[in-house]
Order: sequence, then structure tokens, then C-alpha cells
Amino acid sequence: MFRYLVRRLLAVALIMLVITTITFFIFFALPSDPALLACGKTCSPSRLAEIKHSLGLDQSYSTQYWEFLKGLLAGRDFGDQSVRIHCGAPCLGVSFQTDTPVLTTLLSDFPADLSLGLGAAVAFLVLGVGLGTVAAVRRGRAADKAAVGLALFGVSVQIYFIGLLLLYLFVDKFQILPASGYTPITEDPAGWFQGLILPWTTLVIVYLAMYTRLTRSSMLEVLAEDYLRTARAKGLPATTVVLKHGLRAAITPVITIFGMDVGSLIGGSAVITESVFGINGIGKLAVDSVQNSDLPVILGTTLFAATFVVLANVVVDLVYGLVDPRVRLA
Amino acid sequence: MSVQTPPHPAGLAPAPAPFLDVRDLRVHFPTEDGLVRSVDGVSFTLEKGRTLGIVGESGSGKSVTSLALLGLHKGTRAQVSGEIRLEGRDLVALPEAEMRALRGRTVSMIFQDPLSALHPFFTVGSQIAEAYRVHHKVSKKEARDRAVEMLKRVGIPQPERRAGDYPHQFSGGMRQRAMIAMSLVCDPALLIADEPTTALDVTVQAQILDLIGDLQEEFGSAVVIITHDLGVVSDVADDILVMYGGRRIEYGSTRDVLKNPQHPYTWGLLRSMPHLTGDVGERLDPIPGSPPSLIHLPGGCAFHPRCAYKGWVPDGRCTRERPELRLLSGSARHLAACHLTDEAKQEIRGGTGPDDHAATARTAR
Repeated sequence: MFRYLVRRLLAVALIMLVITTITFFIFFALPSDPALLACGKTCSPSRLAEIKHSLGLDQSYSTQYWEFLKGLLAGRDFGDQSVRIHCGAPCLGVSFQTDTPVLTTLLSDFPADLSLGLGAAVAFLVLGVGLGTVAAVRRGRAADKAAVGLALFGVSVQIYFIGLLLLYLFVDKFQILPASGYTPITEDPAGWFQGLILPWTTLVIVYLAMYTRLTRSSMLEVLAEDYLRTARAKGLPATTVVLKHGLRAAITPVITIFGMDVGSLIGGSAVITESVFGINGIGKLAVDSVQNSDLPVILGTTLFAATFVVLANVVVDLVYGLVDPRVRLA
Repeated sequence: MSVQTPPHPAGLAPAPAPFLDVRDLRVHFPTEDGLVRSVDGVSFTLEKGRTLGIVGESGSGKSVTSLALLGLHKGTRAQVSGEIRLEGRDLVALPEAEMRALRGRTVSMIFQDPLSALHPFFTVGSQIAEAYRVHHKVSKKEARDRAVEMLKRVGIPQPERRAGDYPHQFSGGMRQRAMIAMSLVCDPALLIADEPTTALDVTVQAQILDLIGDLQEEFGSAVVIITHDLGVVSDVADDILVMYGGRRIEYGSTRDVLKNPQHPYTWGLLRSMPHLTGDVGERLDPIPGSPPSLIHLPGGCAFHPRCAYKGWVPDGRCTRERPELRLLSGSARHLAACHLTDEAKQEIRGGTGPDDHAATARTAR
């Protein structure tokens, strides 16, 4: 078990190295020049060269890459005698735009994504598995049709549509909720919760569909298994049969998808939701960095998101081993 | 088997009500293609301590019958009618809540394939303990002790340790033993074994059958063994019920049915069975054709499309008229549903070996 974990974490490190490398070199294939963007409208060739030098862009790609990797492990210093920015390990670089270390920005934006992603994920997991189970047990009846219909509605609508609709209804029209946005939980827990209700609802509506369908089909399969007939034949009550014997087996495919969704949501993939509700998260940071050709931030956000997706997969595998005794982690 | 005397000769009223009395049981499934008559008017009786073998091909309605005995069709689309009287109580009319209290406790079942019938995510011990705890108010510890005791009883070595294993860590024979331990944990009065040996090696088959027999003696349960293998029932059953297309076609004591089979289908089943003493090189003689559709059962005798002897019955009665179960003359309770006269059967079977049967079958086709 321990050796398995070590092996998996080493693999995670390798995967992230590969992702960084690819992202790094794709960036240089882009036509835009970050130095030109930083230089502004009144730009002289000497000023441009200066900026290039201070950003380190005058060095060869491989040197830049090597410096980046070194900084990741040992930290590095940026700038010249006049402005000096220290970036401690693990250094993801310093933003071309704001001159702040990328990690600092990421960590300050992270709580918003963590709150948004985790909160929504717990809600759509519980609701989706619940609805899917009810739909499977009541297959073909009204409850099933309602759940499947709801799910279909969820996949069909877009985040920006649902988000704006919710904002219009609850904030503008009925004024039940304050204007949404992210307030740190440490500052104002009630405000944190109120500000996130609508973003959570939006994500739940969109994600719920898949979880309902997935649970439903997985549960239908399990309900037809011989061991569920055995459970009934023992004289177990129907709820025990479904919830203990059925759900335990039906949940495994749901866990897989859930792990990946949570990983990418926390890592900033809820970018549309962030921008609809004015939450400054990692998704928004990533989009801005691409627009500004801000290489260190692009790398940082990519690496950050990748870390969560890959780690979520490791967690999924560990959970799998707990749920299904046939999976031997060795 | 030495005990062959029928417990209560049929028709000799007033006998005390039998332990299990199934009367005109019908299980129909409405489907888009039509009504599937899986079980269509099946009746039999069974006393405590005795064993009934229900024999037939796949699709003959044997498994559906057994699920009806457990009341597992309740709450599904299946339409069940007729009576299943267990100690005087009609299980067909019993509400689900009351049936559930009987399930696993009074009526219990051993399933065909223990690998798929045991839950892969729970330990064997916990699954057995669970079956005990549903019906008994005991602590988890007591239930677990009971599970270990049952595993020991069915001959699993190191039961304390094996109780903590998962089904996939057991061998096929051990799994079936564990399944048996689970079905016997509440001392059921009626035990149904649905193809209990089909998924097992031949060497293990005999052990499992012996085990069921021993435990039956110990607990005094009534046992229904469902199988397609006449070899299995000939060893353990007191009575044999042969089913075809959801109906009874022959029913009697094991000795009567095996020594003096009255239906061409039973003849076919017997001929398609290898004999231990027979010539190894001798080819088995399977019944030609395949089991009938349960939606559109052939008219007349359901077996007539596959029967080699319908030419022996005049006027094509086999294709037009459904034969009723008739008591064999001179027998108290040996029933068979065939138009062939006793004389014709005698002539067909008299002196003819398997080769001649085959020859007859060929010319009849």
C-alpha cells in the first residue's frame, strides 16, 4: 500500500513535468510577444531589449526552461539591481504583468475555487446519486421520468444562461440574495455562503445531469445482478438491499468521474461560472494570462490544475481499493 | 437412496395437509412480444425431511417456480396465480412484508453460481452474519460467531480466518459451501437449491450434494432441488417432477420416474445422460430441437415438434390436443402427460436399446 502510494506519487511528478514541458514550448510557438505587450505604445527598440532582458526572454529556450525548473526546486531571484524580486521554492516564476510571484497569486485565488468547486461537488454528488438511485429503483415510473427529464434539462442548458437567469431572478428581481461574489469564509461566513449559493446552484444544475444518469444506469445494472437477488432472498428490507448492497457496487463508476470533476473544478475549470458571478478564481487568472501572454502565470495555472486532476485520480484509486476488495493496491 | 416409500399416496383423503402444497401455480410475464407463460399450472407437494427434484431444460420454468416459492416475483411485473401453501399459509396471497419475514428464515435458497450470487464487496462472514441478523435480534458479535459456526458446519477449514475473506478469495466449491452456510444459517424449513452443482467441478458436485443431504437430515428441512441433470436428482430426490414449457409432463417417485419413465421427453433426458458403466465411445443421444417459445407454445402437446413417437398416436392428436396428466395404471401417484397408450409405450420401450430409439427417431423425421 505504501509502496503503491510512493510509486503513484512519483508518476504524478513525472506527468506534471511532461505537462510543464509541453506548455512551456507551446508558449514559444505562439505569435504574440510578451515583451512587446509590456512595453506599451511608446516603445523604443532599446526599451524593448531592456524588457526582454529583464524578463529573461533574450536567453535561449532551453536556458529559460532550465532556469524555470531550477526555480521550481530551489527558488530564484528576478530583476536587476534596481528592482529585485525574490521567488522562493517552489518558484513558478513571476508574472510579466504584475511582477508578483505566480504562486502567491495562485494561493490567494485558490480559496475561491476550493469553496466553489468543493461545495458544488458535494451537492451534485449527493443529489445526483440520490436522484439516480430513485430513478433506477422506480424505473419506467413517474419518478424515473422526472429525474431523467431533469437531467436532460441540465445537460441542455449552458452555464452562462442558467447563471444569468439565477442572477436576474434572485438578485435583481426578488432581491433575496446580495450581489454574488466571493467573500473569504474567514472574514464573513454568512456572506461567503450567500455569495456562493447561486454559483453552486448553477454548477449543480449542469453537473447533476451526468451524475443522475450515471448512477441510474450503473444502479440498473447492479439491480439485475445475482447478488442483489441473494440479498432479497435473505429477507433484507428493500432499502437495505438498494442502499447497502446496491449502492455499494453501483457507486464505483461514479467515484471515477467524481474524482476527475472535483480535481478540475478546484483547479479552476469553473471559469465560466467564475466570470458570470464575478468570482476572481484560478480559471479567470488562467484566461487573463493567456490573453496577456503572461508565460509564468500560464505555466503556473496549468501546473496547478494538472496537479489537482492527477492527485484526484490517485485519491480515486485509493478509494476504489477501499470500496472494492478485488482491487489490490500493490 | 433407500427411502422410496411415498409419504402420502395422492388422492387418499383425508391426509393431513402436506408441508408444502403448490397448486396450479402460474407465473406469467407480460412483455412487448406477448405474454410469457413461464410457469403454467404446476402443482406438487412436499413433506418435511424429503426432497423433490424439479427437472427440465433451460426455459422450462424451473427457476421461475423456485423464485415464486421465495415470493421474489412480488413487486415485479410478473403475474403470479394459484396457491403455494406452506404449513397452511398461502404464500402467493401473502403481503410482501410478511413474505419478507419468511424469506431466508423459513424458505431459503441456494443459488446456481455462487460467484455471482455472493456480493463481491462484502466478506463471506459478514454476508452470512447479515442473513442471520435480519431474522434474529442478536449482536454483531453473536451473528459473526454463528457465521463462523456455519462455515465450520459446511466443512470450510479455518472458518474463523476464512470468514474474513471475500468471495473471490474462495474456490468454487468453497464458495458454494459458503452459499449453503448462508442459506442454512436460520434453519429454514424449506430449502430450495437452484442448480446447486452446475457451476462446480464434477468431483466437487458429489461433495456438495452429500453436504445438502447431511444437513437436510440434521435440520429436517424439505428440499427442492432444481436441475437439468437427472443424474443429480436420481441420487438425492425422493420425488421427481419433469417440466416442459412451463408445465408438468411427468411427476412421480424417483424410482417410478427413473425405472419406468412414461414420457418421451423423460426418455430423451435419460438417454442424453452419460452412464458411468456405459461404453466411453458410445455417443450420447441428445433430444433434437430446442425448448419451445413460452409465448407461442406449440399447440397440442408442447413437446410434439421434438417427439419421435407422435406417429404412434392416431389422427395426429399430438398436434391438436393437449394431453392431460394421467395416473399410470397400477400406480398410486405416477403421473404423465402423453397421448401414447400404455401398450404403445411398452412396445416402443420393450427390448429396444438406445440405438433403436435413434433409428426410430431418424425415420420419424
